[in-house]
Parts: sequence; structure tokens; C-alpha cells
Amino acid sequence: MATDSNRSLRGKVAIVGVGETPYYKHGMSPHSEFKLALMAIVAACRDAGLDPHDIDGIASYSNDRNDPSRLSAALGMKELRFANMQWGGGGGGGAAAVGNAAAAIAGGLSDVVVVFRALAQGQFARFGVGAATPTTAGDAAFQSPYGLMSPAQKFAMKTMRFMHDHGVGQEALRAIAMASYAHAQKNPRAVMYGRPLDEAAYDASRWIVEPFHLFDCCQENDGAAALIIVSADRAKDFAHKPSYLLGAQGGSDYRAGAPAHNVPNYGSSTFASVVPHLYRMAGIKPSEVDVLQNYENFTGGVLMSLVEHGFCAPDECNEFSTLENFMAPTGRLPMNTSGGNLAECYMHGLELQIEAVRQLRGDSTAQVPKVDISMVIAGPMVTPVSSMILGSEATL
Amino acid sequence: MSTSYLPAGLPIPVPEVDGLSTQYWEGLKKNEVWVQRCKDCRTWQWGPEWMCHACNSFDTGWEKIEAHGRIYSWERPWHPVHPALKGHGPYLIVLVEFPQYGNIRMIGNLLGDPHQTVEIGGKVSPVFEHHEDATPPFTLLQWTIET
Ligand SMILES: [Zn+2]
Repeated sequence: MATDSNRSLRGKVAIVGVGETPYYKHGMSPHSEFKLALMAIVAACRDAGLDPHDIDGIASYSNDRNDPSRLSAALGMKELRFANMQWGGGGGGGAAAVGNAAAAIAGGLSDVVVVFRALAQGQFARFGVGAATPTTAGDAAFQSPYGLMSPAQKFAMKTMRFMHDHGVGQEALRAIAMASYAHAQKNPRAVMYGRPLDEAAYDASRWIVEPFHLFDCCQENDGAAALIIVSADRAKDFAHKPSYLLGAQGGSDYRAGAPAHNVPNYGSSTFASVVPHLYRMAGIKPSEVDVLQNYENFTGGVLMSLVEHGFCAPDECNEFSTLENFMAPTGRLPMNTSGGNLAECYMHGLELQIEAVRQLRGDSTAQVPKVDISMVIAGPMVTPVSSMILGSEATL
Repeated sequence: MSTSYLPAGLPIPVPEVDGLSTQYWEGLKKNEVWVQRCKDCRTWQWGPEWMCHACNSFDTGWEKIEAHGRIYSWERPWHPVHPALKGHGPYLIVLVEFPQYGNIRMIGNLLGDPHQTVEIGGKVSPVFEHHEDATPPFTLLQWTIET
């Protein structure tokens, strides 16, 4: 099986530095988006004990606006060997960007890659508002004249079908929102720190689009986050315990991009075809995951991601999706332990990857005891999506 | 327009510059629903594309359908996502499936009481909502519960 093991990223690279800016409510950043990107990258370098001049690769996703050549010049990087953008919107590319960086390092294209994401929505248009154009063509023409414009609306209809098919109650969505808010109360960095959520407040919150209440929908924020990735044989030269990449996979199901909501597998987070590749590369089973960061654009996507990643059967959602099961340190599957997109910050999921690293290092504000396998699911329901699994040295 | 389900001011649908969906939008103005069907392998396809996804033929023809379908999924938006929807709402959006045409699906509003209970699987009939005074004029395909 030499060929197969050669064609794997398992254990080949590690995340050795993580950095982030303060997280702001959307439009509240005192810094420009480009400066935020630089701040996060420099913070990640400082965390690793790395000179920013020694970065030689830059990877991002979601059509990040901050050009790698300008970043490279601003940072004074000695050379730029890898400049990579994972296609696709939302946070779906977050784990794939790490996979791309890992592939570049494993293949000898680059030695030190920074994966980053920066967002200043005050400076640019917001996500949750339809474009104010007089006419519309293409796929949008089949949707926006009917008042179907926002990501919440696009994904509520998938969630509604999934809930119908599997008898899922609103309480299963509520538990996901409450877990993020409960963990955020322990995390001073979280935008929703000091703003707890209880069942009554969730139930009383306004509908954005049924079946999503206000608290089922992610925040929109300003800030930036960055990760430093190097080859595994250098990983111990840096300041912290390395987080080794065991597996990463991006992609999407058969005809996921079919126009006008014609994807055959509709009530889905788009992960059905992605997940078998992920677990095969990582060589683990879902039951071995110690802690999970599961991207919440909307709670319905989190639930379908849990199912498609094998954590529960579709007809078990009501029993599995409970606050108790998701809470660190003792829950059956501690999830979104920093507060996630809902309550820490919506940094397109890169803050979830930083939290996955913190859990492996043992310095989360909601630490799970003895973490060896730490998993991240990136933006569900878009196409392409991606996931990744990190492990401690003991898992290699 | 007083006869439209949603307030005026939402984006007006037009065919792409390359004309891919022209047959559909022009058909609606004549109270007709046209969708793609491959001339080689007879596979139904929606939305339109330049190629048949089943056999990769470029000979993607069009056929007129009797657009009676069933509700595959639905949602009730409350939060206005466009200036034209401020103070309006809630409203209903349905995804309609056509089992008799290869399970292709179309989106539209479900006419009637926006607070009504919506049943997945419920049968719906087409309603052609003409916007003749718009610039440019257009027609939307809407849906009503079949009685
Ligand atoms: Zn064909």
C-alpha cells in the first residue's frame, strides 16, 4: 500500500502558530481589513516564535479580498512560493485551505504557509442583505424575485426538508445555539461573552426565516485570524505543542451546484461524499473524536453535518442534539467550545480552527480533558465544503 | 402592481447575456412553462445549462410542461432582506418538485394566507403573475394549493 500512504497528508504537516485580532461587531473595526489580516498573521508568527519574513506561502478561501502579493510585500517575505485560493463562498473552504497548504508543503512547493481570513464588513457589503440591483440573471433570477436572497433563506429550505424527513424538532436546533452561547460565557474573547442565552430567550426570539430563529443564525463580525503550517519534521522547533494534520478533504456531493435548488441530495450539509475520504485519510472513526468545532452559519447545517460525519443517525437527532451532550468537559461530544460562529466571532470559521488547536494544546477556556483528536467541520450547505482532523503526537 | 404577491422593487429577472434561459422567461409571458430535455437521452434538466448532465450532449432541447407539482420544501421569511420588503411579511416560498418530469424543482411564492400551514408533499398548481408595467416587463411563475 506504499502508493496509498504516499498519497496522504496524514502526519505530514502541523499547525505551529495561531493568531487572531480582537473580534468586533460588524462595522466596528477601527482597522482596515488589510491591516487586520497583517495583525493576525503577525500574531500567529509571534505565537509560533517565527519571523514573518520566513513565511513563503499564503492560502485563503471564500474569495478573501487581501491579495497575497500585497501581503507578501507588506510583511517583507523573502519570497512567495505558494499563493492559493480555495474556490467557493461562505466558510466552506476553511479546512480545504489548510489541506491545500499541507499539500503544498508535503509536495515540496512551500515550507511555511500561513492560512488566513480577514473580514471587515463595515468597509464592504454585508452577507445577510440582498444586493440592490434593478435586474437579475442566471441562478439568482430563479430566486431573488421571490424574496429568496440571503444565505439564511437559501439554507432554511434545506433544513426544513431535513427536519421533515427525519422528524426533527426545533429543540434540536436550540441545543446547538445554546451550546455555543454557554461556552462563550467562559471565553472573554467572545463577542457574546457576558450575554448568556436560555431556552426562553431562544423561543421568544424573532423568526428570521422559519425554521431559523434569530439565535440560529451566525453573527457578522470584523476581524482576522491566521494559522502557521510547517512540515512535521520541523514542528517541534516552535514554541508550542504541534497540532498534526491527520486528514483534510474538501468537495461536494453529486451536482451540489445544480441551479435553482436542484441538487439531488437536498436535505444535506453537502458532506456526504466528502466524509469517507476524510476518515480514510485520518484513519479514525467518529467515536474517536474528542472535541468538535462544527461551523455554525445556521444551526440546521450543524445538525446535518453531525449526521453526515457519522456522529448520529438522521433519525436520532432529537436524542443526540442536546445541550448536555455538547457541553465541555463532560458532554458526549463537546462542540463549539469557544462559542463558535454564533457567540465567539464569525471569522468564517478560522476561529474554530484556532480553538481546535487550543484544545490540543490544553489551553481552551472550556478545555476537554485529554484531547488527542480535535476535529473541525467548515461551512456546511455551501459547495464546496471541507473538514479536517488534527491530532496530538500520540496519534501519529 | 396590486396583483403581485410581493411588493414592487425586487430585482427583475432577465435572461443572461448569453441567452441560456430566454426560452423559459419568454414562455412565462405566454402562460407557458418550458424546461430543458435532452434531445439525445431524454433526461429532464432544470435550471438550464449548455450541456445535458446525464450524457454530456450539447443538444439540450426545450419542452413545454404541465406545471402541476408537489411541495418538496418551504420556508416562511420574516426578516426583510431587501428594501422593497421592509414592513412586508411574513411571506411564503415553496420549492416545487415535478415527479412526472424527472423530479426537477422550481422555486416560487405560495399564494394565499402567508400564515397558512404548509404541507410538504401537498399538490400545487401554477399561477402566472404578469408584471407588464415593469421595465423590462416580466412574468413570475407562482403557486397555489390545488383544490
Ligand atoms: Zn442527455
